[in-house]
Amino acid sequence: MSLPIGRAMREVFGETVSDLADADPRIVMLDGDVGSSTKADIFEHRHPDRFLQMGIAEQNMLGVAAGLATMGLIPFVSTFVAFAVVRPLDQIRVLIAQTGLNVKITPGYAGLFTGVTGKTHLIVDDVSIMRAMPGMVTVCPADDVEAAQALRWCAAYDGPVYVRLVRDATQRLFDDSYSFQFGRAVVVREGRDVTLISTGTQTPRVVDAAELLAAQGIEAHVLHVPTIKPLDVPAIVAAAGRTGYVVTVEEHTVIGGLGGAVAEALSEHRPTVVKRLGLQDVYGESASNEALLELYGLSAARVADEVRALLGSRKKEAIAQS
Amino acid sequence: MATEFRAPEISDLEEAARRIRVEVIRAVNQAKAGHLGGPLSAADMLAALYFRVLRIRPDEPDWPDRDRFVLSKGHSSIGLYATLALRGYFPVDELATFDSAGTRLQGHPDMTTLPGLDMSTGSLGMGISAGVGIALGARLTGRGEVRTYVMLGDGECQEGEVWEAAMVAARYGLDTLIAIVDHNKLQQYGWAGDGPDGRLPPEAPGELVAKWAAFGWRVLEVDGHSMPAIVEVLDGARAGDGRPTVVISHTVKGKGVSFMEGHYYWHTRALTTEEFETAMADLGEHVAAPNGGAP
Repeated sequence: MSLPIGRAMREVFGETVSDLADADPRIVMLDGDVGSSTKADIFEHRHPDRFLQMGIAEQNMLGVAAGLATMGLIPFVSTFVAFAVVRPLDQIRVLIAQTGLNVKITPGYAGLFTGVTGKTHLIVDDVSIMRAMPGMVTVCPADDVEAAQALRWCAAYDGPVYVRLVRDATQRLFDDSYSFQFGRAVVVREGRDVTLISTGTQTPRVVDAAELLAAQGIEAHVLHVPTIKPLDVPAIVAAAGRTGYVVTVEEHTVIGGLGGAVAEALSEHRPTVVKRLGLQDVYGESASNEALLELYGLSAARVADEVRALLGSRKKEAIAQS
Repeated sequence: MATEFRAPEISDLEEAARRIRVEVIRAVNQAKAGHLGGPLSAADMLAALYFRVLRIRPDEPDWPDRDRFVLSKGHSSIGLYATLALRGYFPVDELATFDSAGTRLQGHPDMTTLPGLDMSTGSLGMGISAGVGIALGARLTGRGEVRTYVMLGDGECQEGEVWEAAMVAARYGLDTLIAIVDHNKLQQYGWAGDGPDGRLPPEAPGELVAKWAAFGWRVLEVDGHSMPAIVEVLDGARAGDGRPTVVISHTVKGKGVSFMEGHYYWHTRALTTEEFETAMADLGEHVAAPNGGAP
């Protein structure tokens, strides 16, 4: 029994930022000529005077956002993740992160679900890059419910924020009673055999994987980390302490992202074996969403298989050492 | 307390420009490092802007309705710092801290440390984009009187981002945006060729005018070392015609110091004691010998 499909984050993005702009005249939307894909077009329909088409010129777009922020406006920057993060990276570094200006970098098309685009559009290392940048908050919502709340939070926060949004409808993890807390991780399942730590839209698949494991007698403890930076170190230390064995799972390269962040935190605060599932230092490719999840071992079934195998080999190691 | 500011005479502006150059040489000599050629070529324009053209309040640097100035060629920071100090934003003595530990006067302008800076710059091509955002922001917030001035280098105009910004500014008809290109005909190193010291200028003659015009900008040209001409062109640029404006300011790199003028290798360089004294003499400044003349 797997989690149901929710609404597409991009739809929620267009609607939520438009709703926020109803109440706050400082909010403006910058589009890099893909508003019909990212659903920034919803904002254009509702607030045409505050929709700023920047054309196919992303370096300038991030610089314009910084200038707008100095005039007291709250710019939301929208394009695909690849063109919002790496193409204008130096503009983000110098004009936004170093200045601390109030710019919201909220691109769609994160992770593997990019509409069959291939490796140019499918960026695997955005979280590693953004969390390494001093002064940059990094948020990866799990589903449409959390995305809406994170966007509302970020509009009220004064400073640069990166919110990683997804194109297609993905599984819904949270109900309306959920409340996103900036900088806080959330235990979404209790267990004693292994700690699974995940982020973004991978978390619902990890919860499904935990159900598959439970059917085989393995009780996984699952921690969802929506804010990669600042990282909720106490929650990660506590979750590791529940089982003494950690597996991180992310729709992203295993280098420097969630897995890297967790390994860094635990090595300093509670040395624990950390296995990292995700893209193993490779680029993506064109394929259906389902095929990509299988290819990179991120479907619920593949994650469950991998965790079971890791636990099996761990048991053998323990026997060999005794 | 706001002080009544009297519109200065041309001779006052020329004296301000001379003092900017003197403080630039003094600060770079003190720091034993720093850019010289660019700040010296830009000094007359900076004097005209800060002592006449810009609507600013040095004792209220964050005044919301002020004109904005972005030094997109951020490596000329010491020229801007000298200007701000002389205009009363901070004590002139503080220029001696340029580039030293803990200073507000960073090698490239940092708006988080020094009041009076409207943007942090240093990575070339970015200031003009920020200027487009500022001008758009002034329009969206109903501050139609605000003018946004952005000073670029001519070498900087090789950055692709400059032309992204030029395209978007023209699209939005940002006629409150005034770019000034300090066209001193030299970049840090550039291409080899039959120009001065065996280097070619960043652009061919007329190339910048043609490019900005092709992007839909109103293009004005001026002798960037003639104060009456600078004042006339800046006064004219303030009234928009529906297009963004660029002032191509024809200047000489290292202007005012005999041995620096027109030489690319004075882009950035430390001075010997003898060079320092010659530079000060060229600028009409008397320099006391070290230790007050004691042997």
